[in-house]
Amino acid sequence: MYIEPHGHMVSRTTDDYEKLAIAGCVAICEPAFWAGFDRSSADGFYDYFRQITEYEPKRAARFGLQHYSWLCINPKEAEDLKLADDVMALIPEFLKKPNVLGIGEIGLNKNSRNELTIFEKHVQIAVDHDQLILIHTPHLEDKLKGTRLIIDALKNHSEINPGRVIIDHVEEHTIDLVLDAGFWAGMTLYPESKCSPNRAIDMLEQRQAEKIWMNSACDWGVSDPWAVPRAMLEMKKRGWSAEMIHKATYTNPATFMAQSPKFKLSV
Amino acid sequence: MSWTPPANTHLVDHGFMDARFKLIDLAAFLDRVQRAGQSDDYRVVQLKEAMKHLSDPEPARAKAVLMTFSDPTQEPIPAAHTQGAAGAWRAEA
Repeated sequence: MYIEPHGHMVSRTTDDYEKLAIAGCVAICEPAFWAGFDRSSADGFYDYFRQITEYEPKRAARFGLQHYSWLCINPKEAEDLKLADDVMALIPEFLKKPNVLGIGEIGLNKNSRNELTIFEKHVQIAVDHDQLILIHTPHLEDKLKGTRLIIDALKNHSEINPGRVIIDHVEEHTIDLVLDAGFWAGMTLYPESKCSPNRAIDMLEQRQAEKIWMNSACDWGVSDPWAVPRAMLEMKKRGWSAEMIHKATYTNPATFMAQSPKFKLSV
Repeated sequence: MSWTPPANTHLVDHGFMDARFKLIDLAAFLDRVQRAGQSDDYRVVQLKEAMKHLSDPEPARAKAVLMTFSDPTQEPIPAAHTQGAAGAWRAEA
């Protein structure tokens, strides 16, 4: 039994929901993200927010899976400040939906000034509405700088409780920055970038599985919805006890997300 | 729940063949790009620089490799003109 804390199910087939259920997943959490192309207006986001707050929960429920979501405009579309403002104006209405856990995945992509401006506005929405925050850190060569900028921005905000913020896609050069500042950390298991299962397990062992979750971040790109159960198998091969595997893949994500009163596991 | 370390396993037995496979693949990649006259590509240059960390004495090699590829600057860029990342940082001319 495990939780998939980060999956973009709008990009996956219904078969993938079934595979997740067969593998022992009990809940999946879907942050708002980039669709692989830039949307032309806020109307596109309105429909997308409806999809991840109304339609995907029903699709998941067919296989006994609980579905939760997070709302934002992705940093890849944040260069257009007018579009970003229009989309952010939609968010408060959707925060009332029963499966919405908070604001995410916000963050940075190329570490531009506009991206940072929109990130800070999202953080303010979260603070104003007492929401959890899920943060995307940039890809590859941009990750270290972006992680530092994100942490600095959060530290400069007087009302941020680091325990209610998870900074995702950490790797060996960013995990200590995140955890040492009191935030939660997410590790993404991708076939070609981010983390392999063995590297993620190394980091879990180095940090004694504190305030860390693992996810597949499965989406429209090269990704694997079974990445977490594959990592669980690797943990077993490396001598992890069933209790510690459960802590890393169920208890940890449940503990973070249960800070939202809407997150209630039925199993 | 307090942390319980994993049971003692032979990690070399577990991972040697995989590491050997990846190292040979890396060597073959460098051979391939050299034969094609592409060794001067900034990504290949950084790859070779990062590989030096494989001989570091401390168990922080993965972090050192990642740092080699990372943008070392601190200020936000004026505007994003692309959305993707290349895997290795190059200062704009």
